Amino acid sequence: MEGTNNDVVLLDFWPSSFGMRLRIALALKGIQYEGREENLFDKSTLLLEMNSVHKKIPVLIHNGKPICESLIILEYIDQVWHDKYPLLPSHPYDRSQARFWADYVDKKIYSTGRRVWSGKGEDQEEAKKEFIEILKTLEGELGDKTYFGGDDNLGFVDVALVPFTSWFYSYETCANFSIEAVCPKLVAWAKRCMQIECVANSLPHPHKIYDYVLELKHKFGLDTN
Amino acid sequence: MATKGVKLLGVWASGYVNRVEMALKTKSITYEFIQDNLFYKSELLLKANPVYKKVPILFHDEKPICESLVILQYIDEAWSNGPCILPSDPYDRAIARFWASYVDQKWFPLVLDLLNTEGKTEKAALLEKMSEASVLLEEAFIKISKGKSFFGGDRIGHLDIVLGSTLGWVKANEIMNEMKILDERKMPSLAEWDERFCSDKVLKDIIQQPEKLVETFREFREIKKAASN
Repeated sequence: MEGTNNDVVLLDFWPSSFGMRLRIALALKGIQYEGREENLFDKSTLLLEMNSVHKKIPVLIHNGKPICESLIILEYIDQVWHDKYPLLPSHPYDRSQARFWADYVDKKIYSTGRRVWSGKGEDQEEAKKEFIEILKTLEGELGDKTYFGGDDNLGFVDVALVPFTSWFYSYETCANFSIEAVCPKLVAWAKRCMQIECVANSLPHPHKIYDYVLELKHKFGLDTN
Repeated sequence: MATKGVKLLGVWASGYVNRVEMALKTKSITYEFIQDNLFYKSELLLKANPVYKKVPILFHDEKPICESLVILQYIDEAWSNGPCILPSDPYDRAIARFWASYVDQKWFPLVLDLLNTEGKTEKAALLEKMSEASVLLEEAFIKISKGKSFFGGDRIGHLDIVLGSTLGWVKANEIMNEMKILDERKMPSLAEWDERFCSDKVLKDIIQQPEKLVETFREFREIKKAASN
């Protein structure tokens, strides 16, 4: 469906791992789009209209029609622009496994990661332990492959997960641990992904994310003891 | 497509398991139902779903697929000869997936939470949230069905099955709390859809009977109480 009428807008927020997924996918597929930065503390009328149910980014607006929820948008992008850089495999069973693991990333990484950077004391320790287990589980799924999608190209799960690696420095610094020490294979995978231009250009520098985390902690009074 | 070796590991009372059965029936796929036990999870379950240790698990030629929404999409793609459950148009597909996700993230958790909530104030708060959610679902139905019988149009589709599989527990709650959740005055379109869905020839034999769910729930609660004493 490579139509001539392809007006693509992405409502985004620069530190959002969910938004990053779509930046990567659109870049891999060479899709021109207008990226609009939202202020999540002062949401635009457009965002509230396009995602009236959840009022969240990212939202993809394709020819005026909104699609919400990042993994749903990812599948949409993959289906509409299926000729270039397909992200989901073609075999139904392999597709089911890719969806399962992308869903696992959705269920586990964000909420546990949040407890890691924002938590204190025992809560933080608990979150850290859980987080490491989650990363180890993903490492197990990666196995000896170059990427989750195989040895040649990034796949659906790679795109779903790699944005969170820009938050690794923040998790490590806030909770005082090294992800590479406990999950070397996953960090090696992240480095391989970052060698792909579309990925590197779509992810903010980890130190910028950390500055943002410090801002958030201050804003919500999480930086006091 | 051959239907050899299709097994569904589940428990009867689970809405998530029920929706997989609905998808299999819709596609006329022959399968074997293996009843597991939530108190004593089988080796088969623990081996096939080490990540979540939950049902449903679909086995197709011995290969396991977990998570009900993932399974539903698998069924639609692996048996592409039968009627399509998900729309083929990418945008309509995304909308169906969005609302299916809403059912699982917002609607169904409220329904299940209500079962385990005792206090009057807490119940009222949950019912308020459920009322808001059902207004959204009513609006979604009107928009998506475009005047036809189901979310899927003339035929039952993905979103019908996803929401439809929650109706058993919705009605079980209605019985136990002596009140209406799917109120035909507040959501006339959904109430009519509910009737059509539950009387569908293909699905009516596997739709969960609310009275049986109430009985099962009361038994479950007794077992839990006894176990903690």
